[in-house]
Amino acid sequence: MNTRKKNLGAFIFCIPGLLILAIFVYFPLIENIIYSFQGFSLSSTSKEFVGLDNYKELFSDPIIWQSIKNNVLYAVISIIFQVMFGLVIAAILEDKVFRKSERFFQTIFFIPTLLSLTVVCLLFEFIYNPQMGLLNSFFEAVGLDGLTRIWLGTRDTAMLSIIAVSQWQSFGYITMLFIVAIQKIPSDLYEAAIVDGAGKIRRFFTITCPMVKQMFFVTMVLTVSGAFTVFNEPYILTGGGPGTATMVLSLHMYQTGFVKNRMGYASAIAMLIFVITAVLSSVQFFSFGTGKEERE
Amino acid sequence: MKKKETIIPRSIPGLLMFLFCIILSIVIIYPLLWIIMSSFKDYMSIYQDVWGMPEEWLFSNYSRAWTRGISQYFLNSIIVTICTLIGLLFVASTLAFGVTQLRGRLGYAVFLAVMICMLLSPQVCVLPLFILLRSVGLNKTYLAMILPYIAFRLPMSVMLIRSFFVGISKEMEEAAVIDGATLWQIFYKIYVPLSKPILSTVTIMTIYYAWNEFLFATILVDSSSLRTIPVGLMVFRDGLMTEWGVVMAGMVISCIPLIIVYLCMSRNFIRGLTAGSVKG
Repeated sequence: MNTRKKNLGAFIFCIPGLLILAIFVYFPLIENIIYSFQGFSLSSTSKEFVGLDNYKELFSDPIIWQSIKNNVLYAVISIIFQVMFGLVIAAILEDKVFRKSERFFQTIFFIPTLLSLTVVCLLFEFIYNPQMGLLNSFFEAVGLDGLTRIWLGTRDTAMLSIIAVSQWQSFGYITMLFIVAIQKIPSDLYEAAIVDGAGKIRRFFTITCPMVKQMFFVTMVLTVSGAFTVFNEPYILTGGGPGTATMVLSLHMYQTGFVKNRMGYASAIAMLIFVITAVLSSVQFFSFGTGKEERE
Repeated sequence: MKKKETIIPRSIPGLLMFLFCIILSIVIIYPLLWIIMSSFKDYMSIYQDVWGMPEEWLFSNYSRAWTRGISQYFLNSIIVTICTLIGLLFVASTLAFGVTQLRGRLGYAVFLAVMICMLLSPQVCVLPLFILLRSVGLNKTYLAMILPYIAFRLPMSVMLIRSFFVGISKEMEEAAVIDGATLWQIFYKIYVPLSKPILSTVTIMTIYYAWNEFLFATILVDSSSLRTIPVGLMVFRDGLMTEWGVVMAGMVISCIPLIIVYLCMSRNFIRGLTAGSVKG
């Protein structure tokens, strides 16, 4: 009886939080599932049930495939430049020869993380500007005029230019995560390896890599699910253009819903994003638990 | 035996890596310095000499940026960030406390219901949220940002705070129960004061998130006077197409608060952003 009374008291503490989650997370999710079987616009008063039509359209929509291709490219490049490269840089900075300069580099690499994405995107808009942007001016200054181009306006370079923005901003953050993980490796492991005559590269592969496996996994999921939900960069820099060259899933969802005013189909696209990201995060959630490592 | 340590490594591979890190630092820092430098120029002097220092330092770019709209965005961002922070700290710590106090299956069920939300990206909910907020008329208030922000930061915050609460020794709590303290007193007088480290971590995560959030702020809010800085900067750019200097001044202003927070508490800041490994 007493436990029951105490449980009731404890449950009252949960109510505000649970209410907010119910209204702003669970309810929209359920609504979204319902919407994805309907056809309606923002101004329409009634919603028409269309069955699986929206989902059928998903598979025949060429923009969806273009978007997925871009999202995948985003993920692959992010894995190479943020996770792999970040791990290597973290290991280098943690090396003894960098003892005096580690903090300096660490601070500099971390600075872009402090800036909001809008600021970073606007900054790159100036960098990529065809007439007076930093990038083209740089190529002209070093005599490589052949390399100058309209970075965001050419099909071949637009997507890569957008992806480069995220690499610039996020690589320092991922590096920082790896530094945190490497600092937790007991130093006697390295000392033992030095006694056994293992070189630096050998130590990296046989000690550092296995010991940061969990962080490696966390950062992988982080970058990949980030790549599949990316919205701001293409929205701000190109709006999906030229043509559909830089279209990604979230942007396609946004434009379908708010520009073309087809909320039902946009909800189906949202469900696709939901399935992809939920699978990715549940892999992380159930096999490792999010970031248990980094908790104090 | 031990060689004297220098800032610049002596060995060839060490030196090469050092140079590489220097180049990387330049790639990261130069664009930022360039923005600051160009924010003091007018359009013509940027056009004529992209790389050069300003001939005449136009501090007026900053006052123009401020009066042309940034002040309003700045104020909005501060209001939204502070309200989100206060709301989130309250809701997340009470929820975390409730979860640790609940006995049996119920506690586990509540915690699971919270954690499942972490699987959900904001993109999935943004269309129904838009329709929901519009139908109840909240889309023209700050709450259109504050409430979804709290909801989407809640799972991570609860996870962090709960794991801290679980580690608090039960002795004080038991003594308090004997003295007849209520649950609220135990929460407010014992748990909250002891949890300052984790609450400050959550504070930084939240400030960082709310100050920079873009997706909800641009879609859910239907009023030009409520724009926060990330959204406002976009409008600012569209409105001042050729006045690069003023736009850049606006960009610099918008970064200052977070940079101040970072400088004042950089250790906490890094811990805040790496805890739970979830950025923004």
